[in-house]
Amino acid sequence: MAGAIDPIHQFQITPLLGPVTNSATFMILAVAGVSALLLLGSRERALVPGRLQSLAELSYEFVRGMIHQTAGKHGMVFFPLVFSLFMFVLFCNLLGLIPGSFTVTSHIIVTFALALLVILTVIGYGFAKHGLGFLKLFVPHGVPGYILPLVVAIEVISFLSRPISLSVRLFANMLAGHITLKVFAGFVTMLSAALGGVGLALGVLPLLLTIGITALEFLVAFLQAYVFALLTCMYLNDALHPGH
Amino acid sequence: MAKGSDERREGSGDDLAGRLDRLDKALERRGAGRDDGAGSGPVSSRDAQGIARGFRLSTEMVAGVIVGGGLGWALDRWLDTSPFGLIVLLLLGFAAGVLNVMRAAGIARHPGADDHPPL
Repeated sequence: MAGAIDPIHQFQITPLLGPVTNSATFMILAVAGVSALLLLGSRERALVPGRLQSLAELSYEFVRGMIHQTAGKHGMVFFPLVFSLFMFVLFCNLLGLIPGSFTVTSHIIVTFALALLVILTVIGYGFAKHGLGFLKLFVPHGVPGYILPLVVAIEVISFLSRPISLSVRLFANMLAGHITLKVFAGFVTMLSAALGGVGLALGVLPLLLTIGITALEFLVAFLQAYVFALLTCMYLNDALHPGH
Repeated sequence: MAKGSDERREGSGDDLAGRLDRLDKALERRGAGRDDGAGSGPVSSRDAQGIARGFRLSTEMVAGVIVGGGLGWALDRWLDTSPFGLIVLLLLGFAAGVLNVMRAAGIARHPGADDHPPL
């Protein structure tokens, strides 16, 4: 009984087929889902798009608008990266909402690896394009000389905290959401097991709450993918224009 | 008379096209952010943006403190200066966290381009 409603149990990584774990399986499923959506969506190439084609076009337009808004037209060099990240995170989040499935993005090592990819791209591209001029990112304009060391130290820490905040936000949201869902769903079975018929009647309340939280989780799944991609764009913008 | 009213109508037509053009541009400037949230389901996009912003602000602060504290701890272990590295860098981490939050909220300027809208 305790094992059945252990809210942490769902995050355990177990091998499915030899070395392939459940986490790897859902990553593969997410990539397959994204590929299927885009390949099937772009197959028809109709002037008036069908459902799949509109979905594919919508996601393209969405990410394109996001990049234009935050990084300008030059940001489109990073479109493949941002689009892949957005779709991958979105599909991982949404696949995790299927009951009994595994949420890849609820493990910090996965989200941290994604955030590290972003920040290393920023550093690599920044130095490749601007050379040492990229370091101007840490030296704000118009700061008096005597306070500059302090400001630069704060700016460097602020820069280093980006991958942390990027990864912790996504991971914590997914983890907390799934634990909450499991706990409230567990209340239903615990009430009916402990109190019989009365418990079954009372169990309607946590059941309603579970339904509400599920709807919220769908929103969070989309939002976190959106925020992840948006912040990626903003950080990449620093690599494009480190000056002031 | 007839010619005059024709001209005026012509003029107002031009004016209308001009106004529509300007409206299009204004909508484009404002609308991008609003359209983004519209795909997120029944909750209005304004709420969605608000939730996203709240999540963001809270983690920005925590991340700054964690990185500052972590750097200080590592420096102490490396240079054997315990506890001064931790104290100084934790304070700097707090400052960085506040700076992060102010940037995320759009109060302080972002180090890169300064014209993009805050989320």
